[in-house]
Amino acid sequence: MPRSTTSPVGRPVAPPAIAANTRPALAQYLLRLGDDRLVLGHRLSEWCGHAPILEEDIALANIALDLVGQAALLLDLAGATEGAARDGDALAYLREAIDFRNVLLVELPKGDFAFTIVRQFLFSVAAYYQLEGLAASAHPDLAGIAAKAVKETRYHVRHAGEWVIKLGDGTQESHGRAQSALDALWRYTGEMFLADDVDAALVGTGLVPDLGTIEPQWRAQVTDVIERATLTIPPAGYMQRGGRIGRHTEHLGIMLAEMQILQRSYPGAKW
Amino acid sequence: MVAAPHDLASIWATLDRVPDPEVPVLSVVELGIVRDVAMDADGRVTVSITPTYSGCPALRVIERDILDALARDGWADARLRMVYAPAWTTDWMGADARRKLEAYGIASPPSRDTDDVELVPLRRRAPSVPCPYCGSHATAMRSEFGTTACKAVMYCEQCRQPFELFKAI
Repeated sequence: MPRSTTSPVGRPVAPPAIAANTRPALAQYLLRLGDDRLVLGHRLSEWCGHAPILEEDIALANIALDLVGQAALLLDLAGATEGAARDGDALAYLREAIDFRNVLLVELPKGDFAFTIVRQFLFSVAAYYQLEGLAASAHPDLAGIAAKAVKETRYHVRHAGEWVIKLGDGTQESHGRAQSALDALWRYTGEMFLADDVDAALVGTGLVPDLGTIEPQWRAQVTDVIERATLTIPPAGYMQRGGRIGRHTEHLGIMLAEMQILQRSYPGAKW
Repeated sequence: MVAAPHDLASIWATLDRVPDPEVPVLSVVELGIVRDVAMDADGRVTVSITPTYSGCPALRVIERDILDALARDGWADARLRMVYAPAWTTDWMGADARRKLEAYGIASPPSRDTDDVELVPLRRRAPSVPCPYCGSHATAMRSEFGTTACKAVMYCEQCRQPFELFKAI
């Protein structure tokens, strides 16, 4: 995010109406939202110049841009809510992997095109329903950011969903790759709907939607597209978890080393 | 000092001369990026703006261009305020702005109520977007993602030209 810290624009500030004991949970919740998008946006940006066709190169870069933009807004808000004088840039570039709160799903290496598309679909559908709920938040800035993001995410869902169907219901090769991706990714989907004490502290305040209501909507939409794609949903089994509390795969640290190197090597660098 | 109506009107006029960096044929006012202009008791101007897309890289340029234009017209200590609600929509673009966009070679955004109701439609409804070059309706969507966040790539079967569509959002 090439952004001047002396920007004359007023950054979002957490409204004083947020109860003091809700504030740490809200800051954590915003970090989770922001980190999911920052990490997935970076993973998508790795396709720039490498996608199978020009239109997809441009599409993936555009979606990456939307996600990194959403992350910037959410992390700025997380910083303001936390009240520890860290802005979005500081949160993005100056934290260790153990301090990131994204789900494991988004940090896995980009894999082949089928892996990237299936992951994007599984994530975007969950994001769509969660943002729809957040657009009705009692927090005005969060509601506004979500109302914008949900419209962008609708495009992301349509793009990935259409590709899942094309790949799944395509050639033997594309079907096999899409099914392999789905098999490998399925065990990482449960974490998106895992409610813990952070969610418990916020549900009931009118600030965030109940993750329990998002999961069935996600499952219905995902099942519909997977079936149309002639793919098979893997059997229910163990779900991986850990990202929400900072326990990550080894892949995140390597990704952050690349993403953060400039700010780490030249602190405060601007361009 | 109380804001005289002519002051506010002249500020709006200044802002209406600030072009969008990506679509220079439209001003930041015509695009709906400027939401409000206010003046406090000391005569200090605050302009409220809203981002178009979350990640629009032009936003920083727009911020600078607005402050530069205001400074040139005598409002050196103007401030910007970012507002997030209501979320920006292409439905705010007026008929005049749409005409300018078409003349510039970019098809104007369809109304948002033509959005598919289904999240992942079984078959996409054919978009009835006339070609900005020849007016033909024999056009097809090539990609919903184009050269900037706000544009899609279309193709005209009649004049065999690719063209851009300002996406409805």
